[in-house]
Amino acid sequence: MALLQIAEPGLSAAPHQHRLAVGIDLGTTNSLVATVRNGISTVLNDIHGCAILPSVVRYAADGSVQVGDAAQAMQSEDPHNTIVSVKRFMGRGLKDVGEVGNLPYRFVDAPGMLQLRTAAGVKSPVEVSAEILKVLRERAELSLGGELVGAVITVPAYFDDAQRQATKDAAKLAGINVLRLLNEPTAAAIAYGLDNAAEGVYAVYDLGGGTFDISILKLSRGVFEVLATNGDSALGGDDFDRRIYCWVLEQAGLSALSAQDTRLLLTHSRTAKEQLTEYPQTQITAVLSGGVVVDLTLTRDAFYEMTHNLVTRTLQATRRALRDAKLKVEDIKGTVMVGGSTRMPQVQLAVGEFFGQTPLNNLDPDKVVALGAAIQANVLAGNRSGDDWLLLDVIPLSLGIETMGGLVEKIMPRNSTIPSARAQEFTTYKDGQTAMSIHVVQGERELVSDCRSLAKFELRGIPPMVAGSARIRVTFQVDADGLLSVSAREMSSGVESHITVKPSYGLSDEEITRMLRDSAQHAREDMQARALREQQTEAAQLLEAVDSALQQDGDALLDAEAQKRIRTSMNALRAVVEGSDHVAIKRAVEALNAATTDFAQRRMDLSVKRALAGHKLSELEG
Amino acid sequence: MSLPANLSLQQDFFRLFNLSSRFQIDSAALEQGYLALQEQVHPDKYSHLSEAERRLSMQWATRVNEGYQTLRNPLSRARYLLSLHGVDTQEDSNTAMPADFLMQQMEWREALEETRHTENSAALEELEQRVQHQTRLLQQQLAIDIDETHDYAAASGIVRKLKFLEKLAEEIGSAFDELDS
Repeated sequence: MALLQIAEPGLSAAPHQHRLAVGIDLGTTNSLVATVRNGISTVLNDIHGCAILPSVVRYAADGSVQVGDAAQAMQSEDPHNTIVSVKRFMGRGLKDVGEVGNLPYRFVDAPGMLQLRTAAGVKSPVEVSAEILKVLRERAELSLGGELVGAVITVPAYFDDAQRQATKDAAKLAGINVLRLLNEPTAAAIAYGLDNAAEGVYAVYDLGGGTFDISILKLSRGVFEVLATNGDSALGGDDFDRRIYCWVLEQAGLSALSAQDTRLLLTHSRTAKEQLTEYPQTQITAVLSGGVVVDLTLTRDAFYEMTHNLVTRTLQATRRALRDAKLKVEDIKGTVMVGGSTRMPQVQLAVGEFFGQTPLNNLDPDKVVALGAAIQANVLAGNRSGDDWLLLDVIPLSLGIETMGGLVEKIMPRNSTIPSARAQEFTTYKDGQTAMSIHVVQGERELVSDCRSLAKFELRGIPPMVAGSARIRVTFQVDADGLLSVSAREMSSGVESHITVKPSYGLSDEEITRMLRDSAQHAREDMQARALREQQTEAAQLLEAVDSALQQDGDALLDAEAQKRIRTSMNALRAVVEGSDHVAIKRAVEALNAATTDFAQRRMDLSVKRALAGHKLSELEG
Repeated sequence: MSLPANLSLQQDFFRLFNLSSRFQIDSAALEQGYLALQEQVHPDKYSHLSEAERRLSMQWATRVNEGYQTLRNPLSRARYLLSLHGVDTQEDSNTAMPADFLMQQMEWREALEETRHTENSAALEELEQRVQHQTRLLQQQLAIDIDETHDYAAASGIVRKLKFLEKLAEEIGSAFDELDS
């Protein structure tokens, strides 16, 4: 009979397992997933050996969904039901999307975020994005052979709160645990900086399919510090395509095209743009419905001319970022180019001229974001320790609240390092006022109507006082994902109101649950099985974390009694973790979390003392 | 949040970064202390740990960022230091300003409007430099008033002037943005 193995008390029974974590670049045009394998960040291919998944989703009347190449192949034939560049609609209302008239979709205006009518029903951009993420999650799980602990999802640095929240909701809907939302240029900087042992101040110029970001980062040994970021979340390669498309319409004397013809010409425009990277001129030839033939020659010079002001807009944002960082062009040691649209020669030339140096292109601009995200995911999942790095990122746009006369009072300025909290006091306007409406906005403009409205909520129960004597303290907290929550408190009575900024743009947890339930692929059993697996994964992680914390600091920080209490909670969790009752696991997880709160606090104090003593944790342990 | 009050989370920012409570500080030491603290408390280091540790990490990292921002900027550092000495700088309530200072402010604001109209970026840069020069002079005076003569009333007056200059500098920044777009 085989002998049963018993671990030494206080030591973890299993060796530290490598936790499966990925980085996902959810792009406007293409999406990718990457992971760290044997210490090297690698993009994961699909079963055909393809890394790039076109961000295209097609809905059929029978409820089936196609994603990627298969959907892309149908975009001209079935334009209403084939959603391209859905990222441009994330967290956006109909009025925010300027080029609605040029797009072959049946839009539905909805409060907060627009929706799209398809053969399979009305879909929100969050649901469409979730389909893309699901394919990438399945690809990763197949390729890595197990359930993911979580993923880092990248977002444009210039995405506002509504767009970030929508992205996080899409990940949840796709059954992905979001380890962190990471800004795309920052992800690229990680991949670039670690690869090149770069030191100094760098500019990351990221022109993607639909968004533009410029981030100024200070790289030093073990630290990536974003000094400033700027951009335009509605400027990218798609706009260059559209300039060609409009030129074609004008040259060929066309107007009011069908959805099919619009998509066909947009596709030809994109091909022409790509051709002009290689050749001085290109031919655009298409046969439209009704037999109209388009046959035009487009030269590189004409293309540069018609897109000149798009490039200029990116340089204006770049100047703003430099000014916010209080730096001059000469202070920039290198410019890292990211995003497929930076392949356009006129972009390379303009950026080179602006910074007075040749931009750095030594990493694949299509993959560098996913590669960097995977490296960060590996760290966040806890697969490295000791020699990792510090990442300090910022919020891209100021946050404020509406005051009298529709004006914005900024509470947290743009480029504040996150996580960040700011508070400001306001007072009542009328005698005896007992409620106050708080309208949270994001943007740089002075008028509320020119900024993005994020949420409105009410603080009630203010004790009646003379106008101007109540003191209402509004606190903004932005977490490490760049997501905002707001609380308001009347200082004399302590009446409090708190909101995670979601309702006007994001989805509530109930809505996500409903969508999950509605979706054909997720039968009820699936949902429960997933909930169970998620709880088990979380429980296992927690047990391992507490176990290693006890090993490190248990004896130093806790008496025997306190250690015993924590061990009892751990055993209670171990007793249910392999069972099938996810509610019982959840309760035991919560109980263990509560039992370790005081210990966590003592450990944090110890860490801070170590920092103050001027030592790195690694030195103390080593 | 039901955490017990934590002494070290509430200690003053100078102690947090291991600096002596003076207006003149070693900015390299501040940055070093900031990075050393973030290295210990940043949420990225806690994302795989328990909820209690993740929550504490966010509170700490937030506090460390707040402290760094407060001490790095000379105006907010002075305001903070004065508040530690129990002095309210009365930036909203006390609007009495020396006449010559106000005259100069008006002159600079007119110059700013002028450059906005004429879209003259060279003039805007020159104005920015003059404002920066004046800011530096006032900061030097602050160092004497706070660290040497401990004349906190005089220091409060300078803080109020610097607040004017900070607003003006922000508007100059917006004017540059407008020129760019």
